[in-house]
Amino acid sequence: MEEQADIQQIKPPTNAKGPVGWLRENLFNTWYNALLTCVALLFLYFTFKGILTWAFTEAEWNVIPANLQLFAIGPYPRDQVFRIWICLYILTGLLGLSAGIWRGIVQRWTIVVGSIFLVFLVIPFEIVPRQDSNYVSIEFRFNLIWLIFESRRWLLGNIAILIVTFFLGNRISRLRPWILGGWILSFPIIMFVLHGFGENAVHTSLWGGLMLTLILAVVGIAVSFPLGVFLALCRQSKLPAIKWVSIFYIETVRGVPLITILFMGNTLITIFIPYFTIDQVLKMMVAITLFSAAYMAENVRGGLQSIPRGQHEAAQAVGLNYVQSMLFVVLPQALRAVIPAIVGQFIALFKDTSLVSIIGLIDLLGVAKSILAEWLGRHVEVYLFIALIYFIFCFAMSKVSQEIEAELGVGKR
Amino acid sequence: MTENENTSNDPIIICEDVHKWFDDFHVLKGITTTFKKGEKAVICGPSGSGKSTFIRTINRLEEHQRGTIIVDGIELTNDLRNINLIRQEVGMVFQQFNLFPHLSNLKNITLGPIRVRKLSKRKAEEEALALLERMGIADQAYKYPSEISGGQQQRVAIARALAMEPKIMLFDEPTSALDPEMISEVLDVMRELAHSGMTMLVVTHEMGFAREVADRVMFFDEGVVVEEAVPADFFDNPQHERTKLFISQTLQH
Ligand SMILES: Nc1ncnc2c1ncn2[C@@H]1O[C@H](COP(=O)(O)OP(=O)(O)O)[C@@H](O)[C@H]1O
Ligand SMILES: [Mg+2]
Repeated sequence: MEEQADIQQIKPPTNAKGPVGWLRENLFNTWYNALLTCVALLFLYFTFKGILTWAFTEAEWNVIPANLQLFAIGPYPRDQVFRIWICLYILTGLLGLSAGIWRGIVQRWTIVVGSIFLVFLVIPFEIVPRQDSNYVSIEFRFNLIWLIFESRRWLLGNIAILIVTFFLGNRISRLRPWILGGWILSFPIIMFVLHGFGENAVHTSLWGGLMLTLILAVVGIAVSFPLGVFLALCRQSKLPAIKWVSIFYIETVRGVPLITILFMGNTLITIFIPYFTIDQVLKMMVAITLFSAAYMAENVRGGLQSIPRGQHEAAQAVGLNYVQSMLFVVLPQALRAVIPAIVGQFIALFKDTSLVSIIGLIDLLGVAKSILAEWLGRHVEVYLFIALIYFIFCFAMSKVSQEIEAELGVGKR
Repeated sequence: MTENENTSNDPIIICEDVHKWFDDFHVLKGITTTFKKGEKAVICGPSGSGKSTFIRTINRLEEHQRGTIIVDGIELTNDLRNINLIRQEVGMVFQQFNLFPHLSNLKNITLGPIRVRKLSKRKAEEEALALLERMGIADQAYKYPSEISGGQQQRVAIARALAMEPKIMLFDEPTSALDPEMISEVLDVMRELAHSGMTMLVVTHEMGFAREVADRVMFFDEGVVVEEAVPADFFDNPQHERTKLFISQTLQH
């Protein structure tokens, strides 16, 4: 008995050596590694010193807060901004409900979004500290203060909606089947609200900034994903016509740069169909979606091929028909296997939306360009800022994907 | 109760001159046989002789290209409605289990009943739990297939097939992928199933099981049924040279 106790008490050898030991082992273990480390340190020192000195002395960051609204919504008419808030309310409400019903990832990220709202409530995001602000009239200042309070009122309402819907979702789990429908329906509703109708309609040529970037990306992602799955299934079809059409489509689109497709979508369609004009934003949405779907299809195909034949056979043997066996057996496993590739594709799409600025839309990049036409010589500041915004969104997507993978890892063989 | 009492004279599977090719390779060369309701047939034979292919034609996981197969009065053709009907009547258990790894054991079993038999979720789960109880693994319901042993996985697979309330059960070497100590727990539930009167076609090399449970042993070689007989005759008094060789080789282990 005693012997047994002894055996159980033996612990694995620890390899904790303290920071100095770690440094010696990893950075200075040989003379050439020590040399490399020193060179790298010097390099880092000079670069960072340069960047930091620039950021704190030379850079004139006021271009950013002065144009925050432009970055956010582009030339969207200021007296119609309430529409955007309404859309934000719809999305926040759906998010709150979803977070209340599902725990885990959705809840964590809702808390993140909520905190971002709170931060915006506190930081002075509308202050316009232009250097020549001495000349600003009293009236303008008054307007400004009023504006500040207006967006904060809206934001406060938004936070209230988040909290209320969260508790609603938490209480009433019967809402669950309606949520997905709600998210899908929210797309057309938001488009409609943003556009409006009659005299006050806001033509899409006035949509811009981060808002336009997000609209293009979300629509592209949400539509190209199912379309890509569909194309991947068609590519595996036993019917030659369906199979070859989908192969032709996928390979053609993958063989052409996105910018070409955007140009074709923009100009060729107008040449071919000159009788009526199609909305430019809509054209870009369609082009981005069709482009992304081809890549999505190839990612999904990779997943489909990783599923062993036995899974199809077992599904058939249980009596599931083709659609059911795809929906409940094959696709859940296939998509899970390619989450990293799919999210990589989403991230690429998000960044690729910036190409629409070449066509003349005023997305985040387009806004940056138009601001630079006025604020001469502030390129670095402005581009760093929008790079940061792109990074935040892409990093968040990448993070979410990792979390989904971890969560779905349960029971995976 | 003996097996014979369960077996009626009504045929439930009729195969006539069934042929099957994989490209140019002639796998099944004219199988003609009839299985009666409640009959237990054990199919054995060397590897590659077409045993799996044959039982897979019976729920049309493989198509036969000549001859006719009639299962419970329904002829197997390309008619999708017929195929779906057949698949509800015929359950199948695979050598590699083929459980759905992304679903819990319980959901593996309820998927078919909910989607095909259109049972409510509650009813399906009730039935599934009862089946797991019968298989002796009620406590594994909420685990995932990867979290249980091979013998337990195969019993979940049997429960999954039984949940569709089939009239016929096909087993394709159900114990071949199992560690030796787990074989008996699977054979036990198959034995119990046999006693309950299920019609069973079992591809296996478990000769003890065949002797004890089978009404008939069929010996396949190179796509034909070389010999078939009741177990006692088959094992103690085989007629063909190839059968004798096979039996002596198999029993040596
Ligand atoms: N899908 C297939 N395509 C081509 N050949 C196959 C296929 N399935 C089985 N075969 C071949 O058919 C023969 C019989 O296979 P099978 O029925 O699995 O034999 P058994 O189960 O008796 O070992 C084997 O030679 C095998 O290689
Ligand atoms: Mg086989």
